Amino acid sequence: MSAFWRVVWIVARKDLAIEARSRELINTTVFFALSCVIIFAVSFVRERALGDAAAGILWVVIAFSGTLALGRTFERERYADTLRALLLAPSARPAIYVGKLIGILGLLFTTEIIVVPLVALLFQARLFAYPVLMSALLIFGTIGFSCVGTLFAAMLARARSRDVLLPILLYPVTIPVMIASVRGTGALLDAAPQLDMARLWIMLLVSFDVVFLTLSLWTFEPVMTE
Amino acid sequence: MKRILLTVVLLLNAIVLAQPQTEFIPVTEVPKGDQLPAAPLVIAAYAFVWLAFMAYVWVLWRRLGKVEADISALSAQLGKKRP
Amino acid sequence: MRKAFPLLLGAAGLIFLTAPVVIARAPFESTMGLVQKIFYFHMPPAMLMLLSAFFCGVMSAIYLVKRRAQYDWIAHAAAELTVVFGAIAMVTGPLWARKAWGVWWVWDPRLTMSLLMWMIFVSYLLLRRYGGYGSETLAAGLAVFGMATSPFVYISVNIWRTIHPLTTVVPTLPVDFAVPLWYAFAGFLLLYISLLTLRVRLEEQRAAVDLLYLESEE
Repeated sequence: MSAFWRVVWIVARKDLAIEARSRELINTTVFFALSCVIIFAVSFVRERALGDAAAGILWVVIAFSGTLALGRTFERERYADTLRALLLAPSARPAIYVGKLIGILGLLFTTEIIVVPLVALLFQARLFAYPVLMSALLIFGTIGFSCVGTLFAAMLARARSRDVLLPILLYPVTIPVMIASVRGTGALLDAAPQLDMARLWIMLLVSFDVVFLTLSLWTFEPVMTE
Repeated sequence: MKRILLTVVLLLNAIVLAQPQTEFIPVTEVPKGDQLPAAPLVIAAYAFVWLAFMAYVWVLWRRLGKVEADISALSAQLGKKRP
Repeated sequence: MRKAFPLLLGAAGLIFLTAPVVIARAPFESTMGLVQKIFYFHMPPAMLMLLSAFFCGVMSAIYLVKRRAQYDWIAHAAAELTVVFGAIAMVTGPLWARKAWGVWWVWDPRLTMSLLMWMIFVSYLLLRRYGGYGSETLAAGLAVFGMATSPFVYISVNIWRTIHPLTTVVPTLPVDFAVPLWYAFAGFLLLYISLLTLRVRLEEQRAAVDLLYLESEE
């Protein structure tokens, strides 16, 4: 088990080290997320935002920038031909998957730290009224999205027309995550916040995460073997 | 009194109607106002099913024909090459 | 199986030709009237679509473990038929809903789940078509995920909202209604099996062409 976690740590640290040096992904992803928020703000806010638009917009922005980041991370691996090297290494394949997943999660959580306050500000949404429930939604929602996303992006790394295929494959499969996250956030933003409802959605997200993480760990090995 | 009774009956009716239907209730005749507008929809649905299957079978047939032509062309070519 | 194909297709054709007569003789339903007759051509393809999606997922999982091309052919064929039967269910459904509910589309669990499954299998076909070398393994992974995601869609939309008539309707159907329904279902099932055989044969032939190409290159 310790060997497994050592590989996880090495893969994740490699990504974080590259990122710390160039800051390419974090800069581009955050800026992309900001542009999306601005476009939505221009489209949906006049005096006040329409209904519970803020919840939907927050998650659309997370999904869009997540897709962009996923595509870029694996593009970098492919460009330097390091993905093949990683897969040739005598280590457990699932450990490589977990390492990449941690890298992506780090990236997305950093983006969220910047995007969530911005959405709260521009849409006058009370996103900080229930910090614990809101962070639970963000954490489990992002994990659900990224655990499927990391697997799909890794599979597609060698495929033709991977840029367009990633969102096409990823969005339909992650719809339950989107529904749960958006509705859960919406329940918190309601004029009369429905905390029970939000907890129910968090439970659904947790079960989705468990099922899809298990499934990804199982499929990563056969799917990545040539 | 009569008015109150009527209101209660109407309300109960509304509640009953609001429930999702759980049972299939047969009648022998179609309600009058229902007959004409439904017919085009039914005909459209049936026609679409037929058309969709015909189109799919036709496409499959063409694809199979093409692949079989490829096979015969290739095996003829191979036969020529081989002594 | 190959010899049985014309027989199967013939039987399916016969059922489809006679089905309107059987359906026309069935009594009308109380609240929906004539438009309810679409049901006989809506429920069977919708059910076959979900069964076919499930079948494709299982075949893909077996393919991922065993790595035998036959399983992949069957999975590919099942995915394509999922899309065809799904398209039929997606067109006949709204035609019925427009009359019965007054709207073309509602976000109810079963509808959303069917739409999502349909989309996942369309993306499966897109991946196979444009993914290039090695896409069959990736598509198999996608099919497994598509199968796993459907219960989550169902539960999440169920919490969100619901109107679709409950599934308990089907067993309560009186015989007059059940006969044409299962008659139509048999027709669709036979058609499904015959089309699946035909489609698997196409994959088989394509593999044969690839082999011949390799041979002629040598």
